[in-house]
Amino acid sequence: MSEIHFREMAPKSWLNFLTFLCGSAIGFVLCSQLFSILLEEQVDTQPNILHNDPHARHSDDNGQNHLEGQMNFNADASQHKDENTDVAENLYQKVKILCWVMTGPQNLEKKAKHVKATWAQRCNKVLFMSSEENKDFPAVGLKTREGRDQLYWKTIKAFQYVHDHYLEDADWFMKADDDTYVILDNLRWLLSKYNPEEPIYFGRRFKPFVKQGYMSGGAGYVLSKEALKRFVDAFKTDKCTHSSSIEDLALGRCMEIVNVEAGDSRDPTGKETFHPFVPEHHLIKSYLPRTFWYWNYNYYPTVE
Amino acid sequence: MLSESSSFLKGVVLGSIFCALITMLGHVRIGHGSKMHHHEHHHLQAPNKEDILKISEDERMELSKSFRVYCIILVKPKDVGLWAAVKETWTKHCDKAEFFSSENVKVFESINMETDDMWLMMRKAYKYAFDKYRDQYNWFFLARPTTFAIIENLKYFLLKKDPSQPFYLGHTVKSGDLEYVSVEGGIVLSIESMKRLNHLLSIPEKCPEQGGMIWKISEDKQLAVCLKYAGVFAENAEDSEGKDVFNTKSVGLFIKEAMANHPNLVVEGCCSDMAVTFNGLTPNQMHVMMYGVYRLRAFGHIFNDALVFLPPNGSDND
Repeated sequence: MSEIHFREMAPKSWLNFLTFLCGSAIGFVLCSQLFSILLEEQVDTQPNILHNDPHARHSDDNGQNHLEGQMNFNADASQHKDENTDVAENLYQKVKILCWVMTGPQNLEKKAKHVKATWAQRCNKVLFMSSEENKDFPAVGLKTREGRDQLYWKTIKAFQYVHDHYLEDADWFMKADDDTYVILDNLRWLLSKYNPEEPIYFGRRFKPFVKQGYMSGGAGYVLSKEALKRFVDAFKTDKCTHSSSIEDLALGRCMEIVNVEAGDSRDPTGKETFHPFVPEHHLIKSYLPRTFWYWNYNYYPTVE
Repeated sequence: MLSESSSFLKGVVLGSIFCALITMLGHVRIGHGSKMHHHEHHHLQAPNKEDILKISEDERMELSKSFRVYCIILVKPKDVGLWAAVKETWTKHCDKAEFFSSENVKVFESINMETDDMWLMMRKAYKYAFDKYRDQYNWFFLARPTTFAIIENLKYFLLKKDPSQPFYLGHTVKSGDLEYVSVEGGIVLSIESMKRLNHLLSIPEKCPEQGGMIWKISEDKQLAVCLKYAGVFAENAEDSEGKDVFNTKSVGLFIKEAMANHPNLVVEGCCSDMAVTFNGLTPNQMHVMMYGVYRLRAFGHIFNDALVFLPPNGSDND
């Protein structure tokens, strides 16, 4: 204990005592703070709950997702010892699907890479379509510019490329974006009931503007071999226009012109199988407001 | 002036020494709470499929019905968004789920704990559950509404574990000498552990309501301290590959980390195929999880589950 000199004047000793008390209180508090910091081992730093903002799809995420190097999800490795994939394997052989993914030079590392590491591995053949060639990725160069207004032109050129190089390698030809996820097994199940020599195509059917409806671009769509032949032929013979700023609508119009049927892709209970938005939007009731355009576009009635 | 500053300094020094002493004492108390010997990290494994197949068909049926899981979800009014999601989704797969709230909330039914303190809420909830349901359920699962749980995987994990033994499992964390189950990953107690816990809850020296001496100790640590007195020790639940089955992170976060740390093995390196819990989900993500876990199927992939746990009637998400 410190010494209190009683020989000092009385007020001064009180002052000393007070400062002493102050000091000890402050020392105590500082020390306790220090200890509580040292002893805190809550390592979990993930209280920032990740929000899935659908409108940010086409814009950039934070740069952290920019991955270097090859990625291998090993998604279909033999980790499931109790899994019987005979039926799926059988369909893989019977229903051959060529997937082409609409992408661009700036999205190869950000988005297309992840498509390549995951679902695209289940396609019988996959091609990445960009405005410029990239031999390393690899991506096909369509020799166009980039941008939303170029989408239809890119689509035409992409289908042309597929037709010229891979027509006999597949029965069905699927177009997807680099932010689309496709469950190939379920696609094969749908298509297994149809003949690829028939002129037909599937996707999320929208009703406006085209009599038989057209397929939403965002949800992805798949053409039969015959449909692909007719589509490519339509440009050679000028039946369809080359220019449009609305890719899916233009394609839908062309399909109608060349008598390719807009198919019904719903499951046996009437539920849709192609989805233009992320799962949350479709799973959560009233996520999308009743006034949203989407509800008026759907060709078929909504089943909940 | 000089004498004042010197006495101030002396005060600071004394205060710090005093504080350090108290911290040491507090630590010593927590560390050596029980007279038991020091434990290593406890790991508990999921059952092997081969073992399951050795049990007869009828016995397996009996087994799948013998697990009765009671779910305790501790909520506060600010959690109401998550509360709604949790109520609509995975808790329907518990044999019974009840929500214990710090105060009454108009929109949802809950059992009012009448306290804001998490440890007090936990104690009261465990006591309530034990008093009321000791004869009807043999496993008790406690979670926060930020957690998503797959009860069928929980039952599978508990398959060969005898509830009359004191089990206390989940995602364990070590803090000094104390190994405790993190509340964020969900806490599983067998009926035997519940019994011992409830006995201790009435002994304030062993299981005080005011845990920490100076600063607050989190409720999951306090639970561990309490259970230690009764000889119940935390065990980390793992699958046959050593992966955690109870997770304090969300799938999204796991994938993010996997992409950063081992981009060659993202899905395989990520999470257990028989995971029971994930934490840190938003309400929307809970709905997506329900869809992904129970409804979405890849055609042509057939999983031969040795055992089936049917969820209760009315859990209409599947």
